[in-house]
This record gives sequence, C-alpha cells and structure tokens, in this order.
Amino acid sequence: MIYLDHSATTKPDSAVMQTFIQANERYYANPASLHQMGTEANTLLMKAREQIAQILKTEPEHIIFTSGGTESNNFAIKGFARANQHRGKHILISAIEHPSVIESARHLTNEGFELEFIDVDKNGSVKLSDLQSKIRKDTVLVSIMHVNNEMGAIQPILEMAKIIRSNSRAFFHVDAVQSFGKLPVQFQGDNGPDALTISGHKINGLKGTGLLAFSKRIKIQPIQHGGGQELGYRSGTVAVPQNVALAKAMRLAVEQMAENTPKFEKWREDLHAFFNKFYHVHVISNNGGAPHIISCSVRGLKGEVVVNALQSEGFIVSTSSACSSKDSSISHVIEALQIEESFEKGVIRISLGNGLTNSDIEQFKVVFAKMMKQLKGETIQL
Amino acid sequence: MKEIYLDHAATSPMHPEVIEKMTELMGSVYGNASSIHSIGRHARKYLDDAKMVLAQSIGAKDQEIIMTSGGSEADNLAIFGTAYARRNEGRHIITSQIEHHAVLHTCERLEKQGFKVTYLPVNAQGVVSVQDVQQALTDDTILVTIMYGNNEVGSIQPIKEIGSLLKKHKATFHTDAVQAYGIEKFDVEDLQVDLLSVSAHKLNGPKGIGFLYQRENTPLQSTLLGGEQERKRRAGTENIPAICAFAEAVRIAQANFEVKQQEFVSFQELFLNTLDQAKISYHVNGDRANTLPHVLNISFTGMDVESFLVNLDMAGIAASSGSACTAGLIDPSHVLVAMYGKGAPELRNSIRFSFGFGLSLEDVQVAADKTVEIVERLAK
Repeated sequence: MIYLDHSATTKPDSAVMQTFIQANERYYANPASLHQMGTEANTLLMKAREQIAQILKTEPEHIIFTSGGTESNNFAIKGFARANQHRGKHILISAIEHPSVIESARHLTNEGFELEFIDVDKNGSVKLSDLQSKIRKDTVLVSIMHVNNEMGAIQPILEMAKIIRSNSRAFFHVDAVQSFGKLPVQFQGDNGPDALTISGHKINGLKGTGLLAFSKRIKIQPIQHGGGQELGYRSGTVAVPQNVALAKAMRLAVEQMAENTPKFEKWREDLHAFFNKFYHVHVISNNGGAPHIISCSVRGLKGEVVVNALQSEGFIVSTSSACSSKDSSISHVIEALQIEESFEKGVIRISLGNGLTNSDIEQFKVVFAKMMKQLKGETIQL
Repeated sequence: MKEIYLDHAATSPMHPEVIEKMTELMGSVYGNASSIHSIGRHARKYLDDAKMVLAQSIGAKDQEIIMTSGGSEADNLAIFGTAYARRNEGRHIITSQIEHHAVLHTCERLEKQGFKVTYLPVNAQGVVSVQDVQQALTDDTILVTIMYGNNEVGSIQPIKEIGSLLKKHKATFHTDAVQAYGIEKFDVEDLQVDLLSVSAHKLNGPKGIGFLYQRENTPLQSTLLGGEQERKRRAGTENIPAICAFAEAVRIAQANFEVKQQEFVSFQELFLNTLDQAKISYHVNGDRANTLPHVLNISFTGMDVESFLVNLDMAGIAASSGSACTAGLIDPSHVLVAMYGKGAPELRNSIRFSFGFGLSLEDVQVAADKTVEIVERLAK
C-alpha cells in the first residue's frame, strides 16, 4: 500500500518512538511530584518546552501542552473569547475552518457571542476585503487556519494580522496543524498571530499530542479544570514522554522541510498537470497552495468510489477530510469554493509525506489513468 | 542507590508489555480511524476491539465508553456535560469535600455560572455518609458526583449505597474511579452509576488517555467540539495506540486482581509492622476497614512533612504529601482538612506511600527501615 493520506494522520518517525520509549523508562514520574524522580521528569519537560519555544520563537512559558489539535482549537477559541468578552463579543472565522474551530465558535453563540464567517475565493484564499469590511472595534477573536486541510490553500496570515491590528483589539489565532513542518511557522511579534495550534500526529509525531502556543502573555480561561498543571492553563497529569516526543517530532519536521518542500512541490506540480489533462477531472488545489496537499474531483462520481478504486490498486487517498468523511454530504470547504455541481461529490485528496519516492508518484499516475479509463472511459497521453 | 518508587497513586510506570504493544501499534496501526480507506478501517477495528475490552472491564457496553485524554478530562466532561445538558431541569450539584481537584474546581467554576453546589463533609476516616447525600438531595439536584476511592488516603466511598438511593431520584450519578480502577473490581450495573471516570496512567498504562463511561441515554453535552469521533461526544483524532495500550494494561490488571490486592495488603502489613517493632508513634489516615490497598497514608507524631519528604527523597524513596497534582506546593491537603479540621497536626505530619507494579517485599522492607531511621533521626 502506498499511503497518500498524510493530512489525515502520519506514521510516527522511528526516532520519535525511540524518544517516547526512552522517556517512559526513566522519566515516568509525575512532573508535579516533589521528589527527585518528579523533579527529573519536570526538568525533561522544561527542556522540551524550551526547544519548542525556540522553534516557534516565543518563550517556554507560552507553550501549553494539550491532547491534540482539536483540544488546542477548542481551548484557544472558547478560552480566549470567554476571558475577554469585556472587549467585545464578535468573532470572525473563515468559512473553511476545521470543524473543531467552527463548532467551538458556533457553541459560543449560545453564550451571547456573535459569529461571522469571512468568505474565501475560488482558490480557497480568505478575501482580505471581506475581512476588512467585517472586522469591528468589538471583534474579540479572529481564527484562521494557515493551510486548509482539504485543499491546501495558504492564507495570507501577515496581511490579515495587519488588518486585524489596525481595526480592532482582537486576538488572532492561527490553526497551524496542516502547515507546521510544511511551511515556516513562527511568531513574528505584533506582525503575526497571537496564538498557534500544532498537532503531533500530522508531523510524524504521536497521536494525542499537541499544543497551543502564545506569542506573549495573554488572558485566557482554561477549558479543563483541576490540578492546575501547565501554569494553571490546562489541568491533568502532564504526559512528559508524549511531550518530549512532540518536541522531537517538531525538530525533525523543521529539519526535513528543506529536503521535503522542493520534492513535494515538484510532485504537486506534476500531479496538477497530470490531472488537468483529463476532461472529467477538476483540479481544486493549485500551485500556490501548501506543497503537500493536492485535491481534485472526478465528474459525476462519488469520492468514495474513487478512493475504493485507487485502494484496490494499492493507493491510499482520502475523500475531502478524515474528520468529515463519514458524513456523506458535501464538505463545507467544497461548498465554500462553489465548484461546478457535477464535481461536488467526487472530491479526493492526495496528501504527501515522508517516505514517498518518485516511482510511487509515477505509479499513482498509471493507476489513476487506468481507473479513469475504467470508470469514465477517458484516456489521456501519459 | 536504587530508587524505590512509592508514589504509584501519582502516576505509575508503563508495564513493559503495554509499552511494547503501544510502540508496535504506532508503527502498524497508524491510520486515522475516521478514514474510509482500508488503513483507516483497519485502525477502526483495533479501536473497536480495545473499547470492547475497556467496556467489559466495568460491565458496560462498548458504545457507552467515551475515550478522553485522561481522568481530568473525563471528570470535566462528566460534570460540565451533565450541568449544561440538564440546566433546565435544575441547578443543584452534590459532591464531597475530598474529591480530586478535577471535580472540585469544575464544580467551583459552575458555581460562578449560577449553579449551587453542596460539598458534603466526611467523617474522620474520610468517608461520605449516605444519609448526608440523602439529606442534601432536592428536586433541583441534577448531579451527584462522589469519588470511588480517595486518592490521598484510600478511603472507599459507599458508591453502591448512593447508587441505590439515587435510583429513586432524577439526578445523574457520577463517580471518579481514577484511583480505584485496576485495583478494585466493580461493575456499573452493580454500582448503579450513570457516569464513571478512569485514567490509564494509574494502572501502568500510558499517560494522556482515559475514558468516561456514560450509561445509555444519560444526558451529556460535549466539551471538546469538532469532528464526529466517539459518536459525536468527543472530537479529536482517536489515539489508537494509546487506547489499545490502555486495554492491554486493563487486561493485565484484570488477570492479576487478587494477587495484586494481596500483595499490596502484605506491603501495608510489612510497612506498619516495621514501624510497630521500632515503636514509632503513628496512625494511619483513612478507613482501615475499607481502603484501596495500594494507598497507605500515615500520620507520624511530631514529624514535619517537608523535612520528612526531603529526607525520604535523599534516602532514595519517592513518596508524597498527598496528591501530586497539588504537591507542587505543600499546601495542607484538602482531604485531611475535611477529615480532621483546620490546624490538626495530621495536616503537617502525614505522608502518602502508594504501591504498584515492580515493587517487591524487599523494596518495601528497605523503604520501611529507612523511614524508621529518618523518624528516629528527626525526632532527636
């Protein structure tokens, strides 16, 4: 099986697993414990925090470990909005956010917040003019994903930050789950986001790991209460081995970027050109997007049918996103892009990651072409 | 010097077979269980099988298990989830003064939002009275949350009796069984609880994983929102290697229930006999007749907990003043305050020793001997 679904989840790197195993053997104590073993575990945890802070260009005390991207997004949105409602109760997010952002923001409307969506263009890019017209003095929170998980669009974070800063006192949260390790992700003081969400399992780290990072000290209300771990922001016994493994995965991801990015970009451009040859295929992603996500649709077919056909030939791709792929209706992202109706249901996503070779991509093209011939009767010159 | 870890109630080392299982699955079952392709479906099967093991361990159905990131999240979900789902039926919650902070602080949060919370007292043995629960119940009560076994002193609460009392009341019954799971055998039908929290890292499973049992049709509002995982009750990509490792830890615990319990009882006896032989003046905090066997909380007459712990630590013994979650600062334990009142000597002279996997009688003997030495030295 050739795995082309790295945006859904990835296999942990063997070095990350090794780190995890070693940390478990020696540093299993509770880092909140006062004894030597607890102190040692805490020192290791602090080291992981420092390494991550360096990567993201912030301070160690601004890194809050969580159970993953979903928790980080829930925490950022509910936690910040609730703690700062005196500033205003208006929230802006894009129409193509991850469900964990959309559902959290929607939930806040039950608490008296007002939610508006910023439109995207047909490339999936947030319309800056729409942000400009919707941002208000009482906007308390803007949350935008850096890279869209279903079709790879990269959002203009710095331009957005400028508009947000000059028109409001809003907090700017960026869900960087799909971009970290694929694009440079760092804080830039006041010129960039105030908070970033990162998940371990999308970058060859472990499932159940993630973080929310801040550029500076901010006021945020915990969503999980108890022992007051993580500087009081997130209660629950801190999983030291997991967090050390997250620091390792993040370091590796950043190191591997130099090698991966040109490779992924070449494959992406190649696949875009390949898909464009088919009359019955509509290419949704574009060469301006993230290097690892390619999305297209086959006319008149269901995504599941395409996924199964490719799988029977040994290639694993997904329908739009794993989180919503059990839902047979059309994804909210595809809906926001307003693509032609005959292409709405046949969307597949190919997402690249570690371990792939040129020949895997060549093989994929052969298999896809064969499928197109069988299912749509369309043949192209390979 | 070999360290002797007597803080298993704070957290426990992973069992070698559990970590082997977990790392094996990280490599072989890495798919996203929500994916429709074969790698996703393969992962889903592992998830379903593991949840079956977890469900069966407490006499539940697999669809009644909601995986969480641990005990704290399970407690938060149980309490916030019930309060928000049932706020139109009432605003009163009953809990006890000796609960874990994940319960207490969540209840305090709800008080700020207009809920009324009764914090029941306990007796000197650290046990809640069923009668107190009965008296505190009103038509407005929507939730009763009482822990199964206390994490600091080990006292086991009358859960079954409270469960049967609440059968005639509309209130949801939650128990935090984090400290008891894997040590005590229990069944949700027998206890008649509606919600029950557990955590893996207390029973030699991985950190960062736990579950909330939710009896069918028990109202619960989700706290983590997003994807439709866990039957729309808890969003977030399923942590399958950890969930399967958790199930493995449970399997091992279940296979060794009796042996382990007897072992811990013999550890307690050995420890206390050693103190008796040395004529150390002490008493055990908690309910000796009905206690979690792995928790031994001792009040040493005339000792000071801080210097005591430092000395134990220097002697290579990792013990605790109480719950690790609050141990960052040695504040007087809220559990001991509830049992003895403010200003009681026990608040300043109690140490929790807790037993678990990997300990031998020899280790416990060494620890007890060193404890005696330290007490004698500090008493001078």
